[in-house]
Order: sequence, then C-alpha cells, then structure tokens
Amino acid sequence: MSSAGSLSHRFLWGSAAGVSFGDLREGSALGGRTEELRNRSVLVATKAQLTAALALIELDGVARRLVLWPSDLRREDLPFVLNAAAVDAIVIDEGTSGGDIPSVGCVVPCSPKVEPATRDRDASLATEWVLLTSGTTGRPKLVVHTMESLAGAIERVTAESVVWSTFYDIRRYGGLQIFLRTVLTQASLVLSGEQESTRDFLARAGAHGVTHISGTPSHWRRALMSSSAHMIAPSYIRLSGEIADQAILDRLQSFYPHARIAHAFASTEAGVAFEVNDGLAGFPARFVGETGPEVEMNAKNGTLRIRSRRNAASYIGQQNNVLRDEDGFVDTGDMLELQGDRYYFAGRRDGMINVGGMKVHPEEVEAVINRHPRVRMSLVHARRNPITGALVVADVVLGREPDHATERRDELQREILQLCKSMLPRHKVPAKINIVPALTFDAAGKLARHDA
Amino acid sequence: MSVQSEVLTVFRLVAEEHSKTLAPLVDDLPLLDSGLDSLCFAVIVARLEDVLGVDPFSSGDDAPFPVTVGDFVKAYENATK
Repeated sequence: MSSAGSLSHRFLWGSAAGVSFGDLREGSALGGRTEELRNRSVLVATKAQLTAALALIELDGVARRLVLWPSDLRREDLPFVLNAAAVDAIVIDEGTSGGDIPSVGCVVPCSPKVEPATRDRDASLATEWVLLTSGTTGRPKLVVHTMESLAGAIERVTAESVVWSTFYDIRRYGGLQIFLRTVLTQASLVLSGEQESTRDFLARAGAHGVTHISGTPSHWRRALMSSSAHMIAPSYIRLSGEIADQAILDRLQSFYPHARIAHAFASTEAGVAFEVNDGLAGFPARFVGETGPEVEMNAKNGTLRIRSRRNAASYIGQQNNVLRDEDGFVDTGDMLELQGDRYYFAGRRDGMINVGGMKVHPEEVEAVINRHPRVRMSLVHARRNPITGALVVADVVLGREPDHATERRDELQREILQLCKSMLPRHKVPAKINIVPALTFDAAGKLARHDA
Repeated sequence: MSVQSEVLTVFRLVAEEHSKTLAPLVDDLPLLDSGLDSLCFAVIVARLEDVLGVDPFSSGDDAPFPVTVGDFVKAYENATK
C-alpha cells in the first residue's frame, strides 16, 4: 500500500489514540519486528481496530498472508481458522497476552506508539488477504482476496481534506473498503472503538471533522435514534451491507440535507458491484446484463450474479463451497424482483437472515429448536423490521400430543426460547415462536424457504 | 390499557427477557440511555405490531426516528388514532 501525500496532516484515529501517517512512514508499530513476519501467514488478532490498521499497513507486501480476525468472532472457531489458513504468526495488542490464543510460533505485539525504525524494506510480495465471513455450518468461511481485488473499486484520486469514518469494523469487507480508500486516496480515518457507544463515536467523529462516513442501514437507524446524530455534518453518506429501504434513505436525507447519500452493493465474495446515487431504493434495471469494463452482472435463476476483478480469488479450508459458477460469476444468493425499471432485493434464496448486519443461517437455529423433545420440525425465517432490517422468527410443528393433555403452549414456547437462548447468540434467538400445524415442502421434498 | 401503558409494558417485558436493566421510563429519557439496545427495540416494535396492529416506523413516510421514550410513545399514539 502506498500512502504518500502530506503525511503529517493525515491521521488514523482510534478511540484511545491517533497515529499520523508521517510517524508511521518513519517508524514501526510492530516494535521493528516486521522482518520476522516476512513470508508468514499472519493472523491479525488485535482487539483494537487502530493496531489492526497499523499492522495491515506495515505487513502488506511483506507477509505471505494476512488473516483478519474481527474481535467479536467466536474464540472456539480460532483453531479451525489457524489450521485452515496455516497461520504461523500472530499480531496482538501490546500489553495483552492475546487471551486464549494458542501459541503458533511467532507472536508480535502491535502498539499505537510508533517507534522510529527503518522502513526501506521490500514490500513487493503479493500478500493474500483473508476475510472471515459466516458460513452455513456456523464455522466461518475464509475468503481470499488480493490487494488488486480489494482495491478494484477505489479511484486513486488524492483527497487529503477528506476525513473518513465508518461504523463498521475494518476487519470486515465493508469496513476494509473504507480503510483502504483512506490509505490509497491520502485521506484520514476515524475508527470506531470496541466498547464505544454510538453517541461517543459520533461525538468523536464530529470532533475530528468527519466528511465521509459509511455504515449499514441498521447502523444509521441507531445513529438517528441517538441524540447525537447532529454531532456530525458529513458531505457524503454511504450505506451498504444490508438492503437500504426508501425510509432510511429519506430519513437520512432529511436529517442531513446537504449530504450526498449513496447505497452500495458489495459482498465479501463478490466484491464491490455498484453504487446507487439517485436517492432511491433498489437499482436501475439496466445495471443487470450491462457488460461494463469493470463489473458484469446477470440475474440467472433470479439471483444477482457478479463477475469482476473485484471478486474474491478463492476460499480456503472448505472443499464444498463453490465461489464461482461455470461462467465465472459469483452467485450472491440475493434474489431480485423487477418492478418497472428497477430491481429490488427480495431476500435470500438460502433463507439467510440479516439482523442488523449480522448473518443468521436458518439451519443453525432450526437445529437448536429441533433438539426440544416435543418439536418434530421447524422453519426459521425473517420478519421485516424497521430497526434491524429483519428479525428471526420460527414456525414450529410439534410431535404427536403428549400423554398428558395438560400441556400449555405458552409454556412450551418459553421452553423452546430458553433452549435457544442457552445455545445461540442473542441476534439468532427467535423474536417469536409460532406453533403451526404443518410446514410447506417444495417439489424436491425440502422445506420451502421464503422471506417474510 | 392505554397505548402508553401498553408500550411501556412491552419495554419492561423485553428488558427482562434480554436481561437488561431498565432506567426509569420518563418521557425525556433518551432511548439509547434506557438500557435497551437496537435488538431490544427491534423486538419491541415487532411485539407492538402484534398487540396494537401498527408499526409507525415502517409506514413509508419519512417521519423522524424517535430519540426519547416520549417520542416513541407518541409515534404509537399517533398511529393508533
């Protein structure tokens, strides 16, 4: 990553500290141990986003592989990720032990206190960037990108007066885009803090004079519900990661009348596909079928498929997952509905539910519900929600009536909920359990999954 | 039950289910200081739609999002009029 420009005026701000690109240019956040990580597969497992950002800048072109570990991921998935990505070095926050991270040879602490060090090193390696995204089995999927695929949508213009911020974690695709944009266009960036409230984050972003800011529709709904949305005055607002409905676009435009509001479609696997700038939900139908120089899209079998140089290169660690179809397109699994001259997103073909930007695969919730002795089968689906986009709801079919006829439905619903609560993170617990007489099957004998 | 008490009852119920400590629910309490998070509010809106038959935040007009408990209650009072 090249980060020239007037470096001392450009900053990366975390919740507790800030680092100027000038200091970074002249020094090392890794205590001068960069060379120890040369050619290694490095897990960047800091808690703080700032130290992760510093490590990524220092190690791109040096490490063979950079595996980005968002701090909210389940620790029990760590051994799988370490093994699949052949991790042989880990970066953690200085002053921490890294918690229960297994030792894998080389552990290098990263600090926001950048020490002077020579930086005339060779950074010419084509580093693999590995992003983790949630998989159907509950295990994360490891998605491999290159700097070329990740930065494919970023126009290399100098934008030194721009101060970016994002509600996202930069170790996820949406946040990483903003981080790379900042570095490659010579801007500054305000990162969100791990335990920081929406209000504190907005106040800090406002104090740093944020001009461009991105988040999911759910992030923005929460911002508008906070009493601090007025603390920022951005000129550009970007939504991605969830379907942007007309209501959130209109509310943002009326709260920030001077801001340009865009919503973008991107996924970890397919990369950035397009940006919609006309203030309307959905996107112009002509985007699909258009063979642009950068991104081609089609709607074969009703879902959005994307082929571009921004597509991920491959998965690692899973044999059964197919990244591209026979024509080289990534199937996003997002169903499209044509209304007039616009396409609208109509849920997921696999029934996946997006609760405030967090993915829920129905199968993992159904597996828990089906453990209850009185449940014969269940179907988990989405219910539309104006705060988080969607909520998880379960339809449950009971087995034959128990011998004692005194069973109460509300008690049974409570028991099933309790079971879910004890085994699933909160956003995956159904907001409602409906006891139904039967479920619908499709012609192939599979549960008919459709969206609310 | 009045709309206000209906709304506040659901607040208390959802807080309990999500093991959240609820602040005293006075009108000018900012929603984000109530002890509830976005997921709780999402569940509250869904429950109230079942109980009251309305969801004032999905109505399609660009009425501003509620910031305080009072705003939240008022949105339901207006929608059920």
